[in-house]
Amino acid sequence: MSKIILTADDSTSVRQMVTFTLKNSGYEVIESIDGADALQKLEGKKIDMVITDLNMPNMNGIELIKAIRQIPEHKFVPIILLTTESQAEKKMEGKNAGATGWIVKPFKPEQLIAVTKKVLG
Amino acid sequence: MNLEDNQKVFREEAYEKLAEIEECMLELEASPDNTELISKAFRALHTIKGSGAMFDFNEIVTFTHDIENVYDLVRDNIIPVSTELISLTLAAHDHIKKMLDDPGNENEEIIDKRNEITIAIRSLIPSNKTVKNDTKLQEDIKTTKSSVYTVYRIRFKPDKELFATGTNPILLLNELRELGECVIVAHTESIPNLNEINPEHCYTYWDIILRTNSEMSAIQDVFIFVDDNCEINIQKIGQDKELDIDFDEKKLGDILLDRGDIDANSLQLALQKQLPVGEILINEGMVDSGSINSALAEQQFVKKIKNTVRKVDVSSSIRVDSEKLDKLVDLVGELVTGQARLSQIANYTMNSDLTTIAEEIERLTAELRDNTMSVRMLTFGTTFNKFKRLVRDLGSDLGKDIILITHGADTELDKTVIEQLNDPLVHILRNSIDHGIETPAVRKANHKSEQGTVTLSAKYSGAHVLISVEDDGAGLSVESIRKKAIEKGLITPDSKMTDKEIYQLIFMPGFSTAEKVTNVSGRGVGMDVVKKGIEALRGTVDVDSNPGKGSTITLKLPLTLAIIDGLLLSIGPENFIIPLAAVKECIELTQKDVEAAHGRHVINVRGQIVPYIRLKDQFHINSEKQEIEQVVITEIGNYQIGFVVDNVIDQHQTVIKNLSKVYKDIDGISGATIMADGTVALIIDINNLLLNVEQEMLVQYT
Repeated sequence: MSKIILTADDSTSVRQMVTFTLKNSGYEVIESIDGADALQKLEGKKIDMVITDLNMPNMNGIELIKAIRQIPEHKFVPIILLTTESQAEKKMEGKNAGATGWIVKPFKPEQLIAVTKKVLG
Repeated sequence: MNLEDNQKVFREEAYEKLAEIEECMLELEASPDNTELISKAFRALHTIKGSGAMFDFNEIVTFTHDIENVYDLVRDNIIPVSTELISLTLAAHDHIKKMLDDPGNENEEIIDKRNEITIAIRSLIPSNKTVKNDTKLQEDIKTTKSSVYTVYRIRFKPDKELFATGTNPILLLNELRELGECVIVAHTESIPNLNEINPEHCYTYWDIILRTNSEMSAIQDVFIFVDDNCEINIQKIGQDKELDIDFDEKKLGDILLDRGDIDANSLQLALQKQLPVGEILINEGMVDSGSINSALAEQQFVKKIKNTVRKVDVSSSIRVDSEKLDKLVDLVGELVTGQARLSQIANYTMNSDLTTIAEEIERLTAELRDNTMSVRMLTFGTTFNKFKRLVRDLGSDLGKDIILITHGADTELDKTVIEQLNDPLVHILRNSIDHGIETPAVRKANHKSEQGTVTLSAKYSGAHVLISVEDDGAGLSVESIRKKAIEKGLITPDSKMTDKEIYQLIFMPGFSTAEKVTNVSGRGVGMDVVKKGIEALRGTVDVDSNPGKGSTITLKLPLTLAIIDGLLLSIGPENFIIPLAAVKECIELTQKDVEAAHGRHVINVRGQIVPYIRLKDQFHINSEKQEIEQVVITEIGNYQIGFVVDNVIDQHQTVIKNLSKVYKDIDGISGATIMADGTVALIIDINNLLLNVEQEMLVQYT
């Protein structure tokens, strides 16, 4: 069974690129448009990994990570944070909130796949 | 979906975001204290910048970056919302829109305008506030590999809370395993008793000894996500060369000292007692048993590497004239034949003394045969240097930067096989370099590293060795191969073929673009020559390709050419051998089966239709018709094909003898072997026979 990845990003183009790349590599993808939407879509589902943007309306990436870590069944799910180069300190903040790793924007599809394989095995 | 589609989606999105920014600005004018509006504008700018970078809108990214910086400070209440800010933002908004409308149009007017806005925007930032402007992009994940192997000692001591970040340490260890040969020792001393254990905590830590040809940075990259809250210590122990010449394996105490597990004083104290140092250290409580085990593992690992390095030296110091070896193999062949006769007579006479001797001779002969064969084996690595040079020279001739990576240097192959493999491999490498790897400019345009990689590797697969040449070039184009094959009349325009079948067309005689088939030095030698060369070695060639990513050519070769395991068959009075490696199973063919197929030469094997060739007809042997015949099902490439014979006799150690020159044009027979009773059995070349039958059928039908 293919692994299920939840993505959260308010940018349509990034979301589309992420989804397309992951699906091409045989993953199943659930899209969400912000943190709140992601949390709702997580509920009661088995998710193998989460990829979230940092800046989003309603609930940002850091808040989303903290919220996911509070849910018992998702406590140990790998979470990847998408950040831009100027947010070095955000990386730490994300890490402290419970992010597994990060990808710096802009990234190429291969980098996304490499990181996915790294944390998902 | 390609970059252009993505760019289109981005443009639509960016227009939306721009509209949002405009709206925010107009509202901000009325209520400058509305933080929600500021955040919204910041997010919109951020998305334009972030997504723009993903889809190559670099001018927009640089420009937006400055505005975003300002809004970051506005969010933090360092810069107040002013009319100036709003009008500048609106000007910037218009400008981004212009750039989006016509991304290619970079005239002076636009650039001047952009600089003007940028300077004005930057002047809004108070001078005491330096904005972090680290525009370093994430490095390419691919790291370079060298041919030098280095041994590293790595300590990976995760934070207790490691699992809380969703990290699986096993995956990290597996990643290290992929980098090279390694020994991993787990330290389990700090795992508490069951009643105190918190299953959500990570108590274990690891010592890893790794021998790799990757750079140190590749190891650091493995731990990139965990290095700030885990203890990661990477030390270089030495390189293979150093290990060989002046690197003595370290004493246990020295290793522990090196790692900082103990100090010099404790070591000195321990050495004064005459027990094994590890035992003393544990007894004295200076170090735990896990550290000792880990250090011992390192000692052994280094010793092992040293030994392999030494072994290579020894093997290269024995020099024997190859003619002598050939002669030896011939003699062993004769001996095997003679022994077979002896065994047969011993069985026949029923004399137990003779049988005992015959059995002993049989065992010794088998051992002698295996030993002789192994003497003839050469490591594939002996050819690597030559190929590296070839790739380098050819690459620079063509203006391409290409590196050859080799794997499986210690895979052994018969000397003759290695010698005869040279030309086909040169052809294949040439093709990869010439047609596969693109020029640096093209590679860069396709987002590949400018340096092309060709990987030559060898590995065992049963009684065969698989040799593959893999390049990360453009891959084979199904369309152009098809077009060319139709042009050359090799296939008809309406033939339906899978991609794999189309790739195989490059091996067809007449497919090559070469005007004349010359030796290696000539350009554009046809791949059909490669295929012939490999088939002469009783091997097969396989192609795989991934458009845009590269292609792989895999050669499957037998380990040896002199003696093989064969299946002995009879048709009338004649004996034949089919190489056992190709045989899948033997089944019976009854009259009923033949009738059920209505005269067609096919048989139903557990629901699968398998075509067969009647060897009796093929070789024109007149013998009595059998009530029940035998079908030997073989596997050729991806197909199954049966050969009908009268009887299947036994497995047979086959010493291959070449047929004399007079018979060199005979198709379907690759050689002969002498049987225990002195008669000759012909060895069937099933690939070749099948090809002949196919051609005959084509002639018949057209």
